[in-house]
Amino acid sequence: MRRGSKRAGVNLKRARTGKLPKIQQEHSHAAWKKVVFILALAGVIVLATGVIITIGPIPITIAEVYCTVIDQFVPGIFSIESMITTVVWQIRMPRIAGAILVGLGLGICGCVMQAVLKNPLASPFTLGISSGANFGVSLAAVFGITILGGPYFLVGNAFVFALLCSGVIIGLSGLKGATSETMVLAGIALNYLFQAMNQLFSYIASDEQRDVMRIWGMGSIGGLNWNSILVIAVVSMVCLPLLYSKAWDLNLMTVGDEAATSMGVNAGHVRIFVMVVSSLLVAALVAFVGVIGFIGLVAPHVARLILGSDHRYIIPAAGGLGAILFLFADVIAMNLFSPSTIPTGTVMSVIGVPFFLYLILRGRRKEYWS
Amino acid sequence: MIVKLSVKGLHFSYGSAEILQDINLDIRDGQVVSIVGPNGSGKSTLIKCIDRILTPSEGEVVVDRQKVSGMKQMELARMIAYVPQNSLRVFPNTVFDVVLMGRRPHLGWREDARDEQKVWEVLGLLGIEDLALSLFTELSGGQQQKVLIARALAQETGVILLDEPTSNLDVWHQIDVMEILRTLVRSQDLTAIIAIHDLNMAARYSDTIIMMKSGKIFAAGRPEDVLTRENLASVYAIHARVRNYDGIPHVIPLKQIPRKRGRV
Repeated sequence: MRRGSKRAGVNLKRARTGKLPKIQQEHSHAAWKKVVFILALAGVIVLATGVIITIGPIPITIAEVYCTVIDQFVPGIFSIESMITTVVWQIRMPRIAGAILVGLGLGICGCVMQAVLKNPLASPFTLGISSGANFGVSLAAVFGITILGGPYFLVGNAFVFALLCSGVIIGLSGLKGATSETMVLAGIALNYLFQAMNQLFSYIASDEQRDVMRIWGMGSIGGLNWNSILVIAVVSMVCLPLLYSKAWDLNLMTVGDEAATSMGVNAGHVRIFVMVVSSLLVAALVAFVGVIGFIGLVAPHVARLILGSDHRYIIPAAGGLGAILFLFADVIAMNLFSPSTIPTGTVMSVIGVPFFLYLILRGRRKEYWS
Repeated sequence: MIVKLSVKGLHFSYGSAEILQDINLDIRDGQVVSIVGPNGSGKSTLIKCIDRILTPSEGEVVVDRQKVSGMKQMELARMIAYVPQNSLRVFPNTVFDVVLMGRRPHLGWREDARDEQKVWEVLGLLGIEDLALSLFTELSGGQQQKVLIARALAQETGVILLDEPTSNLDVWHQIDVMEILRTLVRSQDLTAIIAIHDLNMAARYSDTIIMMKSGKIFAAGRPEDVLTRENLASVYAIHARVRNYDGIPHVIPLKQIPRKRGRV
């Protein structure tokens, strides 16, 4: 019994002398590196925005881009040609802002869904939420069944059916004996069901209707304007802080519901809260941009591979990585076969999958998949 | 002696099957208490009911004269810690992160220097500081068990519940874990309640043994009073010898008692 208390005494004394043992220094060093990494991600996003906007038929310098953006919020500092303002702010910026917001939201939602469902395969796409939205669009396109009128009728349908899908998954968690595996399997099953329905619809659809479904199904941010971005931004600003506020509880939930409960976290409540909030955000995102499959699965994994599994770090990192991934995929989609564009979702899978395979096969954390 | 934890008329059932029936216990402060009994006798269920991981259908648990049923989960987590039998390994956590989780019931939004210091302190107490940055999943079974005990210590509770902490360990590590637990109970003013299969480990390291049979307490008391030939025969259905060595009863199992016909 003396051995134990003596050791504690030694340790406290060491701390009091002000000089930390080597392992403690290493630990605080590692924590700093994580913060720096997240800040670097933010830096890359800002830089990439500046560079990407200059790409196009009308020549613009990077400095002009930043001046235009600042001018939108604090007018009068710089004098900018109205033509440049129009190109930067009205034509090119919405696409960039959309890519950042969608990538950020999908990355973070994938990250928190994986944590609460304790499953590395969980993502907005694999759980069928995107397919649900796609089904809503097909309903509108083929049968004219719409929930919202006006120009946003596709968006309304997509949103409602995305929520319907996650509603079923969340509803299952209330059943007796339902585990997080039940929820994941139900999501995957729903994904197949909606995909089958979509195929059925496209079979009976006219060419024109099939085009609407096909384009929407491939996912694109080309249709975004400042109004739709405002909607996405507002939903994000509500949902993302709510999700981040659960970072600590998510850490505990990855070691199991019973352990989490014993440390004071009601695992069931947190799971439902996180699923509801993230489903809302995902529904809003996919309603505007269509099926984007890859980010929600991969951005969180890349964040985990680099930063470990503390959600206070990997939630922002997954968001940042998602935004960067989407930005770069979109640049390639826009410019590779310019002037014709390829769907962003397609590009992302083509460049993202080899990169992802490289990361997981490099094997630094190979026990990850065991 | 102060009663640290008491269980009063506790019942628990899954559907129509009663798993625990009318459990009554008074556990004194500063004790190592082992719960023994055959598979399915309700050891783990009792431990989970005490920490309200499972909700009992009837009865009450009282810690430090406060009723558990009136507490929030977070308050309870400051009074009782739980070391699960196995930990989920979907995502890799470092040892430091795992132990820091134990600070959750004491945290505001951010951990402060005191929380980190506490983690280093318990890691030092168990002599596993050097593992702080290793991945939990890469450790051996014995090391993992120590990390989970460290997490429970970081929770700074008066009571620690352990669900079969030695079941996956070799003999050396079984003794290691039990020694650590006894040392901690003596030096850190703790009460440990351990569900355990190994009767000789329980006899050697416990102040009190609670023997369960089909959801009821069959016997409770000092090891030499509980681990008797007769009790082993009726609870485990085995013929056994019990030898005293160093004042500690040792169980030498001999053979099964044939079950009654009709029950295979």
